[in-house]
Amino acid sequence: MASVKLPESKIQELKEVCQKYDNKGSELINVLHGAQELFGYLPAEVQEIIADELNVSVAHVYGVVTFYSFFSMLPKGRNPISICMGTACYVRGAEKVLDEFKRILNVKVGETTGDGKFSLSCLRCVGACGLAPVVTIGERVYGRVSADDVKKILSEYA
Amino acid sequence: MDIVKLTIDDKPVVVERGTTLLEAAKSIGINIPTLCYMKLEDLNFENKPGGCRVCVVEVEGRRNLAPACKTECSEGMVVHSHTVRVINARRTVMELILSDHPAECLTCAKSGNCDLQSMAQKLGIRELHYKGEQSRYKGDKSPAIIREMDKCIMCRRCETACNDVQTVGVLSAINRGFESVVAPAFEMDLDKSSCTYCGQCVAVCPTAALTERDSTWKVVEAIVNPQKTVIVQTAPAVRAALGEAFGMEPGTLVTGKMVAALKKLGFDYVFDTDFAADLTIMEEGAEILDRLSRHLNGDKEVKLPILTSCCPGWVKFFEHHFPEMIDIPSTAKSPQQMFGAIAKSYFAQQLKKKREDLVVVSVMPCLAKKYECTREEFQVNGDPDVNLSISTRELANLIRNANLDFGKLTDEDFDNPLGESTGASVIFGTTGGVIEAAVRSAYEMFTEKKLEKVDFMELRGMDGIRKASVDFDGLPINIGIAHGLGNARKLLEDIKAGKSEFHAIEIMACPGGCIGGGGQPYHHGDVEILKKRQKAIYAEDAGKPIRKSHENPYIQKLYKEFLGKPLSDKSHELLHTHYFDRKSKIEINQE
Ligand code: SF4
Ligand code: SF4
Ligand code: SF4
Ligand code: FES
Repeated sequence: MASVKLPESKIQELKEVCQKYDNKGSELINVLHGAQELFGYLPAEVQEIIADELNVSVAHVYGVVTFYSFFSMLPKGRNPISICMGTACYVRGAEKVLDEFKRILNVKVGETTGDGKFSLSCLRCVGACGLAPVVTIGERVYGRVSADDVKKILSEYA
Repeated sequence: MDIVKLTIDDKPVVVERGTTLLEAAKSIGINIPTLCYMKLEDLNFENKPGGCRVCVVEVEGRRNLAPACKTECSEGMVVHSHTVRVINARRTVMELILSDHPAECLTCAKSGNCDLQSMAQKLGIRELHYKGEQSRYKGDKSPAIIREMDKCIMCRRCETACNDVQTVGVLSAINRGFESVVAPAFEMDLDKSSCTYCGQCVAVCPTAALTERDSTWKVVEAIVNPQKTVIVQTAPAVRAALGEAFGMEPGTLVTGKMVAALKKLGFDYVFDTDFAADLTIMEEGAEILDRLSRHLNGDKEVKLPILTSCCPGWVKFFEHHFPEMIDIPSTAKSPQQMFGAIAKSYFAQQLKKKREDLVVVSVMPCLAKKYECTREEFQVNGDPDVNLSISTRELANLIRNANLDFGKLTDEDFDNPLGESTGASVIFGTTGGVIEAAVRSAYEMFTEKKLEKVDFMELRGMDGIRKASVDFDGLPINIGIAHGLGNARKLLEDIKAGKSEFHAIEIMACPGGCIGGGGQPYHHGDVEILKKRQKAIYAEDAGKPIRKSHENPYIQKLYKEFLGKPLSDKSHELLHTHYFDRKSKIEINQE
């Protein structure tokens, strides 16, 4: 795992998040939420600081981070790609679309490309079932996407 | 007392409210099978995740079967522990667990000692009806412990041992569902973590998911190599437990048979770590007295309490968790390492051999010693003072491999000069023993009077933290004892807060001390066994003609011929060490 250097001011903010919850081990999930808002993700170093502040083991923090899919240990890409896996999208071939993104970008779900450009994640129903299958990249929404469209969509971000 | 009445298998039973069905049944002689559950009786730890469901029973009026280990008794309950429905459910649960477990019993390190295997036997599983994908995880080989998580059944006993008993906090369940596994943070290997190698997780793991790194075959290779003189040393706690591996009653002393077996195995010299334990007392005792007299003379710099340093699990613990205190423990090496250093200098000279021609093997109750002997500061030009360390269990395997009938061996004596030892050194094997041995010698050195009564009953016992005051001819010396790292942590927090009233503290990483070491024959959660081993240790001490370390004639000779006196330059070079700050540091980017 690449080691991340954290800026001192951010560390201070992180400690404030912990203090907001009285540095209580029982508040770990809330603290992790706050930390993820702060950093966008939860690198090892952040987890180590939290463990220290809340006086729990790093292994325990990591256990919780890996248990909830909401938490991520990888930084989001500059263009976060989300693929809707709600029922409507799924039956209309969202999985094939997902596979195509995975193939072209050579990443798994939850990962970010080496150049930091794209990250890939799945979502539950986004409520745009009329447009199924739906893909969002940053703020933009793409509807009725097929596997064949993936290349073209990505080329917009070249 | 608030009580409830119920019946289990048609027998009435009365218990205190809050008692589980499992315990209520046990109180009337019904042992409901369990797998994930574990209770370490005297240590007051319980592992009760309620995950495996092997312990289910039928409760009248309830639709679902209830896990006995987690269900509390209530008034008027009618419980059946072995109906056909219960038995079928247990078998189904077991088959499901086995469907995600490699069926490698024939070649598995844990075969014959595995709780999963014996449960499958007990429940009469002959066929697996569920076939599915099996989970696969990367292996992890540290110098002392091997993690083979394909064999993990998620009972979480190791977490209880590491997090609750030892408060090291290396292990946690991670991920979820099929992917879940017990691992160190960030799935790093154990050797990158703050693991102390105490081996308590190995001691309680029901399967071969956690085992020691086996060196038995390397020992055989050394023995058959004609270029090498192979020396073996055996730790005090081994003789009080080795017999269990051959079906003997816990607490049977097998010192003479163990020596006989080692000679038959072909070691050139069979020596005793106890000799080095006597040496440890000479050095550590001198250090205690030195700090004490400096303190009495008003020296404000001197660090008190002094902490013992003979347990490498404990050493690694404070290096990771209390690095600001690394100048408080004694600098004396552990007996294993003192032995290695003397064997490869003094004894090598006597043999007129180069140190590289000697192979020093240690037999230890301990897994941390496997790691300790790989530490760089215990090597000279890449040649380790102790080449190989094997556990009590590994020695038992070697004896079996060699087809020796252990129970029938005729007792033999250790070789000399490094095989002579006193009662003081034997008790190193149990909690309280090191400090009692130190007191026996320090008293005489300090008061210059003869100590008539060598048994310090106030230092003995099994309580996790013990305190006693010993009278040094008018000067009360306050002594603390902790075993189990969780208890050690409490005493350390006190020292850190400036609240400690002790002059000296003995710490051993394992519950019970080395008799409960991570390399001993498996106790399967039965802490009574530790008490029996402890009794055996004190019996061996009582039977020794010499019971004070400084009276060991070969120790006296060693100082006269070679070391000079305790804390001399030579002693410092060979018998003392230093510690490292191992706390992980977070890199900060200064803006
Ligand atoms: S050896 Fe000790 S410290 Fe290391 S993981 Fe096991 S219980 Fe924890
Ligand atoms: S490693 Fe062993 S003790 Fe730990 S959860 Fe797995 S089977 Fe249980
Ligand atoms: S108490 Fe004994 S067996 Fe346990 S880690 Fe320490 S030296 Fe090893
Ligand atoms: S022993 Fe009760 S659930 Fe495992």
